[in-house]
Amino acid sequence: MMRKDLLGLEELEAQEILDILDTAEAFREVIDRPIKKVPTLRGKTVANLFYEPSTRTRISFELAEKRLSADSFSFSKATSSVVKGETLKDTVKNIEAMMVDFVVVRHGASGAPHFIAKNIAASVINAGDGQHEHPTQGLLDMFTMRRVKGDLAGLKVVIVGDVTHSRVARSNIWGLTKLGADVHVAGPTTLTPREIEKMGVTTTWKVEEALEGADVVNVLRIQKERQDANLLPSLREYAIHFGVTQERLKRAKSDVVIMHPGPMNRGVEIAQDVAEDERNVILEQVTNGVAARMAVLYLLNGGKPVSSEKAMEAVEV
Amino acid sequence: MKSENTKRPVVFSQVDVLDLDSGNKETKNLLVQDETLRVTNDQDWPEGSLVYDLKGHLAVPGLLDIHVHLREPGGEESETIATGTAAAARGGFTGVVSMANTDPVIDTPQDVRYVLERAKEAGKARVHPIAAVTMGLKGKQLTEMFDLADAGAVAFSDDGMTIMNAEVMRRALEYSSMLDKVIVTHAEDCHLKGQGVAHEGYMSTKLGLRPIPRAVEEVIVARDIRLVELTGGRVHVAHVSCASTVTMIREAQSRGLRVTGEVTPHHLVFTDQALATYDTNFKMAPPLREEEDRLALIQGLKDGVLQAVATDHAPHAELFKDTEFDAAPNGVVGCETAFAALYTALVEPGLLDLKTLVRRMSLDPAAVLGIDHPGLRDGAKANLTIIDLDGTWDVKAADFVGRSANSPWIGSTLRGLPRFTVEGGDVIFKDGHTSQAVEEALTS
Repeated sequence: MMRKDLLGLEELEAQEILDILDTAEAFREVIDRPIKKVPTLRGKTVANLFYEPSTRTRISFELAEKRLSADSFSFSKATSSVVKGETLKDTVKNIEAMMVDFVVVRHGASGAPHFIAKNIAASVINAGDGQHEHPTQGLLDMFTMRRVKGDLAGLKVVIVGDVTHSRVARSNIWGLTKLGADVHVAGPTTLTPREIEKMGVTTTWKVEEALEGADVVNVLRIQKERQDANLLPSLREYAIHFGVTQERLKRAKSDVVIMHPGPMNRGVEIAQDVAEDERNVILEQVTNGVAARMAVLYLLNGGKPVSSEKAMEAVEV
Repeated sequence: MKSENTKRPVVFSQVDVLDLDSGNKETKNLLVQDETLRVTNDQDWPEGSLVYDLKGHLAVPGLLDIHVHLREPGGEESETIATGTAAAARGGFTGVVSMANTDPVIDTPQDVRYVLERAKEAGKARVHPIAAVTMGLKGKQLTEMFDLADAGAVAFSDDGMTIMNAEVMRRALEYSSMLDKVIVTHAEDCHLKGQGVAHEGYMSTKLGLRPIPRAVEEVIVARDIRLVELTGGRVHVAHVSCASTVTMIREAQSRGLRVTGEVTPHHLVFTDQALATYDTNFKMAPPLREEEDRLALIQGLKDGVLQAVATDHAPHAELFKDTEFDAAPNGVVGCETAFAALYTALVEPGLLDLKTLVRRMSLDPAAVLGIDHPGLRDGAKANLTIIDLDGTWDVKAADFVGRSANSPWIGSTLRGLPRFTVEGGDVIFKDGHTSQAVEEALTS
């Protein structure tokens, strides 16, 4: 990839996304081997900065880094605040002084990775910023969809839930629309941001209608804070009117792929029997996340896109 | 400190004096002596005069910025009264109106006198202090407005905070009407705004920035207009950001209500499109809105519905502003770039004529708050700005005279630069390059 950072899918060209997905395919083959390690990033250092609690994304990055033979360390901070303690800029300058090659950052403020990228020579990978983007999640979602459905062009993908606060939704929307998918978002009007149609999606609050003929449904997590902020009267009412249930899924194609970025609130945004449905690929997403992140690290390190295990062997030499 | 030079008569020869009615320019010699301005054609100035030959430069009434934050007391790491008034003088402003949201808040006569004394010591742009409407800007108890006015407060405002209790606003308007003073309203409904940081629209959605709808401003402006109707008070709407606000003020004025409005250079030049890189020098309250709003603000300025350009000069030290977008404080510096920014963005492309821009930056804002402005007249007190319309400035952070450089114009090239600023007979700013030759000749 001819860029220093991966801050979002908005700024990527369709071909760059395809290159990442192809390369992830090769890394997916690597992690199916008994020895799941390649020397690609030997001697490189990765700093994982997590300013927000995250288990699965952090572990997924850490695994991807280990499997690429990078040296890495993780730094978790519950909150970032300019009043108490170090500023983000000071932290970044300290990290830079440790001569790292990559910074993976999760932060509660939209645009924080952009700020870091401006202030550091290392490659910055956005691991989720505020309500903005979560590009590696978008990539692993697309990768997972493509493995099941093939070409993404023309697929009807429905994103259900709290779109306003979802960086996963935004990265999915940018990536999928660039590859020609037909993207719909559905959720309560209080959780659907203004003018999101301009990102190239169709919106409705009626989940049933959105699901009509869907190839993929990507269910977003609903957080309890939304009820506290008066954006929802109750999670109970949400589950009844917007939850993805077997009844609502009858409107989708019979081979609909069910996805969720995790962690799930069973019985709220996703019914228990949907979470257990054999059409769901939720754990597959977790496995694929490691491959997608390996591909991103490899490409940002200057690697050439590869698409098969055979090509991967060439890379390893 | 006044320099030695200002004690000698000063002559600006061959300058073009702009007539604010016709827009015509007439070449004149301006003599500043003993605080008084002479506008003449003759050339026999007093012996010992310091003569600047400024052929082609423009002379206008001294500019007045009716909305600045000087940060002193309490925020001296970002600005002081001395540095803020020097920044204003550099931008061609002979006077500024300072807001009350310092720490402590300007809510007693002693506070007002402190500001005036500090400004006098600095000897730069004159400061006309605004005092708070409510004690501590808490929106509850009214300040002692008679005493504050006696001490020198020119108007009242809780700027930075909105008076959310309509009953308090009603009483403030009633009480201040006895003094015929204006209440400057910061129109943002704090509940509707919530934790918002950017105009609600496509940009906030795409960038994942918490949104601030136009209604945040509209509901307070609509309320305050009704309260002016109820009380006979005077409201001035600070930093208007929405097309709909211009419409409401226009309608109120057509019914004879005493409602005025101001607009900042940044709302006249930029839109929320500027947020794409999360540059915190585009984060302010109210937020930058859309092109339709910007065009309506320009139209409002043209019509005189918005009588004043005011910068909302809001210095923040780099320490505070150089951070992630959510954590950065609102506001940008504006005094030093204001005239040039608007000359470059509005006058040169033909969106606004020069005389209207000058009016809205000098005599009209003075009228809004009832501040005396002598104008640029023969025999009047000397209060004027000399501008080099061809002067250009590639704006860099290091260029600022004020203590903070949180400017959205960093990286821009501006034309139309103030070269001399004269207040009360003193040259409070002179551009080094323009004045150098004359002064060197005199001292050699």
